[in-house]
Amino acid sequence: MNTNNMKNRERLASGHRTCPGCAIPIIVRTVLSAINEDVVVVGATGCMEVTTTIYPYTSWNVPFMHNAFENATATISGIESAYKALKAKGNIKNNIKFVVFGGDGGTYDIGLQSLSGAIERGHDFLYVCYDNEAYQNTGNQRSSASPKGSKTSTTPIGKYFGKYEYRKDLTKVIAGHNIAYCAQASIAFMDDLINKVKKAMTIKGPKFINVLSPCTRYWGIDQSQTVDIAKLAVETNFWPIYEIENGKKYTINLKNHKTLPITEYLKTQARFKHLLNPVNKKIVDDIQNHIDEEYKYLLKLEQISN
Amino acid sequence: MNETNKKQTNAFTGNGAAAYAMKQINPDVAPVYPITPQTQIMEDFSEYRANDLVDTEIIRVESEHSAMSAAVGSAAAGARTMTATSSQGILLMAEILPIASSLRLPIVMNVVNRAISAPINIHGDHSDSMFVRDSGWIQIFSENAQEVYDHTLLAVKLAEKVNIPVMVMQDGFLTSHSFEKVNVLSDEQVKKYIGELKPLYNVLDTKNPITIGPLQLYDNYFETKYQQHVVSTKDIKDAFVEISEKLEEITNNKYFFFEQYHSKDADFVIVCTSSTAGTTKDVVDRLRKQKIKAGLIKLRLYRPFPYDELRTALKKAKYVAVLDRTFSYGSMPPLYKDIALALNGLDINMQSYVFGLGGRDIYEKDINKVYEDMINKKFEGTDFENSIKTIGCRTESK
Repeated sequence: MNTNNMKNRERLASGHRTCPGCAIPIIVRTVLSAINEDVVVVGATGCMEVTTTIYPYTSWNVPFMHNAFENATATISGIESAYKALKAKGNIKNNIKFVVFGGDGGTYDIGLQSLSGAIERGHDFLYVCYDNEAYQNTGNQRSSASPKGSKTSTTPIGKYFGKYEYRKDLTKVIAGHNIAYCAQASIAFMDDLINKVKKAMTIKGPKFINVLSPCTRYWGIDQSQTVDIAKLAVETNFWPIYEIENGKKYTINLKNHKTLPITEYLKTQARFKHLLNPVNKKIVDDIQNHIDEEYKYLLKLEQISN
Repeated sequence: MNETNKKQTNAFTGNGAAAYAMKQINPDVAPVYPITPQTQIMEDFSEYRANDLVDTEIIRVESEHSAMSAAVGSAAAGARTMTATSSQGILLMAEILPIASSLRLPIVMNVVNRAISAPINIHGDHSDSMFVRDSGWIQIFSENAQEVYDHTLLAVKLAEKVNIPVMVMQDGFLTSHSFEKVNVLSDEQVKKYIGELKPLYNVLDTKNPITIGPLQLYDNYFETKYQQHVVSTKDIKDAFVEISEKLEEITNNKYFFFEQYHSKDADFVIVCTSSTAGTTKDVVDRLRKQKIKAGLIKLRLYRPFPYDELRTALKKAKYVAVLDRTFSYGSMPPLYKDIALALNGLDINMQSYVFGLGGRDIYEKDINKVYEDMINKKFEGTDFENSIKTIGCRTESK
């Protein structure tokens, strides 16, 4: 791995208060280290924001702004427009890049309108979603990113099997904006993540990268397993890593030589433990079929767009 | 009048006057979303932009929530930032308004007052801006298009002096869509009056990075809010006086916290805001000709509320009628409550009137009736639950 920009990893300094083994600092430090220019960061309300900005301390060595939950992208719209106006007047000389981080709640759910609006207007920013698949900051309530069959605090098991619905395919929703660059990435494949950020930063306009962010606390995994679980998500095609250019050109960045069955992923996490009970076999089969169908469709999209 | 004070007169609607003031201010950024009856402000301003008469970055956002969110981002980036809204729009912004004031961002927003749903109604009343009166913003009510223009200029200078955002209100349709004569300053005069923005902090300063909008818990939050409370009273009033006196020098108009219209020796005083004050002035003129000591206090600065100054101004009155253009359900109307508190302990008979909801017209005869109530001692007393009178409303009783 190219470590030229390791110093930029300290844009988010250590000493923050994320849980041990949390994927968020891995994502944030990697993304920011891949950007050479000065950066201004906006964060939506969520795990990242509350663990890095506990007054009177801050973990941020770059300008960081938090406004509210659903409006991180509207906030960056204002900052980026101010930058354009002040640069035109000669009040600002340096080149600044704008990065937004939001969790799945702030991105898939409550922040989707503000994100969609900012992409349509064409502001120059990179949006990175750290997708930990539920409202983990407030104690694991289900979001539209929570996978089918997962146990959350608002979809408890009881006599049933957790969340009923499949997760929202946000990456394709974003691609529907004909955005110049949009991708899914994984902390298990760092070179790919870094390359995606670097590629995104060559483009003027909105860019979006969705990164799966294993949550030790509520996925029920050991703090040493964060990266392994992220890797299994790719190896089972639960979280394929791919990119979409101009909303049309699909490229799957890594194809598994041997795709593992979804049970290999499910059995590693407490939130899916109940699915391994034989009474839930039909649910697991449905999940497997859904993953297979989605991946087949992704391959077709790649085929017709190349 | 000397040469520099020579006035240019234009015909403007209230919205047109707001847009023209914005043109002369030429803000760096304007995030806006359309809503009746404000829309004409953003349309006129977009026309100025399309003809390069301003170089503002206009952000045509997808909601008022995003308009205020983008305004917060823009102002935190050290850019002079303005927007406008009405009614449901300001309610959608409501979550972000206290963030703007607490982050000490000098945003200026024209609010064209309109009723709030349900039922949906596009016409003027004050239920929208009264809904957000505790959001930490300065609130200034305007009587007519001239005041909309003057107040918008004043608001920019005031906001940037105290680092608190300002709303400039006008009555939907009554003011926003009626043409009036407006004296305007030259572009140079406006530029000189408002001066350069000197932001408190700047999120674009990558050499000196700061964290804005952090997490504060029970160990610090209270002190932060206390500081905001302190700034939001005396500091703003002092700055308002200083800044309005500077504007008076170039416009020859007066802008104290409130206008006293024959109220100094009056026995019978109406307190109200906005366009209704204009109608009330005509009634006062007529009553004065009949040697009746009628007067008016037209409130301009509603937040922060000038309690002491109003107490001094009203202490000689025998009767005070307060006209609110909104209810406050389960309580007394907001302007009445504030005036009652200002006059606490004085021997003055008070009466609350609610009028004009959803754009219901109020006529001279209605206002005359309020003065008659005072003259004929027909106030309802202190039985609060039954004491709010309505004007022009078909009620079952009375």
